Amino acid sequence: MIRYKSNLIILMVSRVVSPFIMLFALYVIFHGHYSAGGGFQGGTIMAASLLLMRLAAGREIAQLQFRTILGTPLGSIGVLIYFGTGFMAMLAGGEFLNYGFLPFAGFQAAELRSLGILMVEIGVGLAVMAILVAIYDDLLEGYPHD
Amino acid sequence: MYWEIEIALFVFLIITAVLSLYIKDLLTAVVTLNAFSFISALIYIVMGAIDVGFTEAVVGAGVTGIFFVVLIFQTYRRSID
Repeated sequence: MIRYKSNLIILMVSRVVSPFIMLFALYVIFHGHYSAGGGFQGGTIMAASLLLMRLAAGREIAQLQFRTILGTPLGSIGVLIYFGTGFMAMLAGGEFLNYGFLPFAGFQAAELRSLGILMVEIGVGLAVMAILVAIYDDLLEGYPHD
Repeated sequence: MYWEIEIALFVFLIITAVLSLYIKDLLTAVVTLNAFSFISALIYIVMGAIDVGFTEAVVGAGVTGIFFVVLIFQTYRRSID
C-alpha cells in the first residue's frame, strides 16, 4: 500500500493554485449562457479544486474548507434550486422551465430568460460540486491515513 | 479542416491507449489514461465540438484521475512482479 506522506512543496503549490481554479470555476458558471461551459463543467472544476486541497493537505485541514457532512445537503439544495426555478415558471402560468414567465417584476422577457438560465446553472453547479466531493469522501471512508 | 493536427492527435491517442493497457504500474497507467482523455478532448475541440471537449477535459482528465488515484491508494498488491 502506498502511504500518505505530507509534502511541503505540494502543499504550498496547491494552496496557491486552488483559489485560482475556484475563480475559473465561477467564471465558467457565470458565463455559461453565452460561451462554452455551464453548470456541469463549472461545478466539476470547483470540485476539482476542493479535491486538490483534500489530496494535498489531508483530511483534517480540508475539513476546514468543506466539511464532509455538507455534501449531501448541498447537493439536494442545488437540485431544489433547479427544480424551484422550473416550478416558479410553472406556477406563474407558463410551462416547466419556461423562463419567460418567471415572476420577477421589472424585467423584460429576454432578461428573464437570461436570469433563469443563470439560476438553473448555479443550481446544477452546486449539485455537481457537492456530489463529487461526497463521492470522494465516501471512497475514503474507513481509511485512516487519507 | 485541420486534418494534419487530427492525424497527429490520433497517433498519440492510440499510443496512450495501448500504453495504459499494457503498463504494469497502476499509477503510471492512470497517468497515461489521463493523457488519453486529454488528447481525446483536443480531438473534440479540433472537430469543432467545444462544449463536449471542455466537458471531457474537465471530467476525464481532472476528476476521474483523482478518483483512480484514491482507489490505488486503497489497494494492496499481493504478488511481486
